[in-house]
This record gives sequence, structure tokens and C-alpha cells, in this order.
Amino acid sequence: MEITKELNGTTLTLIISGRLDASNAQELTSTLNSSLDGVKDLIFDFTNLKYVASAGLRALLMAQKRMNKQGSMKICHVDETVMEVLEMTGFADLMTIEP
Amino acid sequence: MDELKLEATIENLPEVTEFVTASLEERDCSMKVVMQMELVIEEIFVNVASYAYAPETGMVTVQKSFDEEPRALNLAFIDSGKPYNPLEHKDPDTSLGVDEREVGGLGIFLIKKNVDEINYERKDGQNILSIKKFF
Repeated sequence: MEITKELNGTTLTLIISGRLDASNAQELTSTLNSSLDGVKDLIFDFTNLKYVASAGLRALLMAQKRMNKQGSMKICHVDETVMEVLEMTGFADLMTIEP
Repeated sequence: MDELKLEATIENLPEVTEFVTASLEERDCSMKVVMQMELVIEEIFVNVASYAYAPETGMVTVQKSFDEEPRALNLAFIDSGKPYNPLEHKDPDTSLGVDEREVGGLGIFLIKKNVDEINYERKDGQNILSIKKFF
């Protein structure tokens, strides 16, 4: 997995590529913990994310809980396989997902 | 039946995944099923690696076999760790809002959603979790 950060004012875009799984979800959590101060809009770009497992979902849920308190969060460009996992777990209803 | 025995650590996950997905691909299984099985294997294996022997580590045996007509993959994960039946875990309520949603319990839920049969057995001091997936 690779994380690219783009901060534009109070909007943070995180481009996640590769696989978000148990071996690297902690890295995303750490990035979130160290990057979200002062951020009002958090955008995940999943164009190149090909796989997500429950460890990754936990990191997303934590991000959503935090952003509900300080602003908004959305996920863009979700791959079909990743979308299936988000739908199966009810995350698709819980989060703002844009094509 | 083929068998893979290795230490239950997260670093060994790719080896287990490869053990299973390589033989699915040989059988021209759809990419969708391959991805579903990757997810199932990760969730089962990470559970064993994280909890079965914690804080120590131990061995896990993965057994795989195939059925013909209808075609199906059978997998069993066998460890000698603490007794643990993941099927007793309550499913997360997928209708709850963000603040009420709990962070845990997603792994076993994803396993159940992506297999056709799942069984747990505690036998001779071992946890045996077996699944069947038609493809």
C-alpha cells in the first residue's frame, strides 16, 4: 500500500493505492492520527486501491467517527471489488461514496 | 489433500494466500472468487495469528482439497491454541449509524459472507475451522 497526501487549505486528500490489509492498516491509522488536526474535509481517493480487508475497514471507520466531529469525509473512485466489501459490511450506507 | 504447515504470524499470510489462490487459478476460477478467497484467508489467518497463541506464537496447518461437480474448494485451518469458536461471535449490526458501529467483529462477518459453508470443531486440543466455497 502507498499513501499520498495532498493538503489544500483544510481539505486533505489521501490517495491510497495497492492493498489495504492487516499488514499495513496500522500505517494508515498512524497517518490519519498525525494528519487530521485542523482538517475539515477528508477525501479518500481509491482509484488504485484494489483490495480491502477488515483491518482496513476499521481504519476507515475510525476516520469517519473522527471526521463526524470535525467536518466531513468522503471516498471517491471506488474499485468494484472494494465496493463489494463496503456494501457487504454496510459501510457503503455509512459513508459518503462518490463515483 | 494438500497441506501447508507454518508459523501463525502475519508475515506468513502471503504464503498461505498463494498456496490457495495458485490452485484456484490453475482451475480457471473467476477473479471474483479468487479475491473473495483472499479476503477469507486473510481474515481467518490473521485471527489465528493474532489470538490463538498470544502472546506466544505457534503453528497452524492449512489443508486444502477440491471437489468436482459441483466444483468446490475445501479449506481447514487447524491450530493448537486457546479454544476459540469464531462462529459464536455476534454479527455486527450493519444497519447502525457510524457512532454506534463497533470497530470489531467485521472479520468473521466477511468470512461468513464469502463462503458457502463454515464449520468449527474443537478436537484433540485443536481448533478446526473449515469452509467450503463453490466456484
